Amino acid sequence: MKNKKNIIIIGFFGFIFFSLVINYSPGLKIGENFLDFAISMLKVLPAAFLLIGLFEVWVDREIIEKHLGDDSGLKGYFWSILLASTTVGGTYVAFPIAYTLYQKGAKYSTIFTYVGAAALVRIPMTLFEASFLGIKFTMIRLGTSLPLIIITSILLEKYLKYKEIDFRKEN
Amino acid sequence: MKYLYIVTSVSMIISIIADWKKTIKAVKISLKKMFKIMPNFLQMLIMVAIILYFIPDEVIVKYLGQSAGGIGTIFGLSFGTVTMMPGFIAFPLGGILLDKGVSYMNIAAFTTTLMIVGFVTFPVEKEYFGVKITVLRNIIGFFIAVIVTLIIGLFFGEVF
Repeated sequence: MKNKKNIIIIGFFGFIFFSLVINYSPGLKIGENFLDFAISMLKVLPAAFLLIGLFEVWVDREIIEKHLGDDSGLKGYFWSILLASTTVGGTYVAFPIAYTLYQKGAKYSTIFTYVGAAALVRIPMTLFEASFLGIKFTMIRLGTSLPLIIITSILLEKYLKYKEIDFRKEN
Repeated sequence: MKYLYIVTSVSMIISIIADWKKTIKAVKISLKKMFKIMPNFLQMLIMVAIILYFIPDEVIVKYLGQSAGGIGTIFGLSFGTVTMMPGFIAFPLGGILLDKGVSYMNIAAFTTTLMIVGFVTFPVEKEYFGVKITVLRNIIGFFIAVIVTLIIGLFFGEVF
């Protein structure tokens, strides 16, 4: 599995290098796309992972269990959406954060709500959307997607518990 | 973006003042976690780079212009599912689509799946959640996007 991953990565860079040498334009365009995204990701990841590291060291398990854990109730969803709305970058930043929350005792449904909400309600993104597509569009989208995220997160948690699937067992 | 740097710097400074050793430990954890997931991020970037080559903006503009509630919406859902774009590119593109007379519904189909369904983030997500949960979560996300699209269509009077 590890090898397959490396072959893809080495193969890709080989292809880009070769495209540069023979000036193969589709290859150059793909390389340009890669660079664009790599740069925007590198602007976010180191800072985000530093915060994750600090979070692991400083935040007590009890705090997460209380606010996002099994006994957090409805407030748990509120906190996870609030946290999601301030997440920067994209869902790719939300995954490692979600996993860290899980290790600190957050329950599945709040974690899935967090990841779903991080995809849908990040504040800068939402403001951007409203300015280009109108406030009505954004309000309808938020009004429908957020309740659905919470409901499906609860159902998914129930399903996983029933089937006894968990993050670590599968990894 | 700026506030991420501010929050991180302030947190680091407070952490260093409070406990130097703990801060070192935190930095070590961050680096370890980041390098461990790097190959998966590279895979994600490779997928995005290749897919966006085959589905550039012009293609999106062309196909989303088709009928709302029909083939145009299906194109929107499909493009949004397989691609990935930061909001600062996706929403101006949405604005352009709107100016060209594309329906709100088709735009919603595109932007909502873009946000919620992560085909290209699969290599990263599966590393944390496992394959099964990742697949389930994304299928659910797709259906949420379909519902949102339909409701947008209803509210803007584009279907029924």
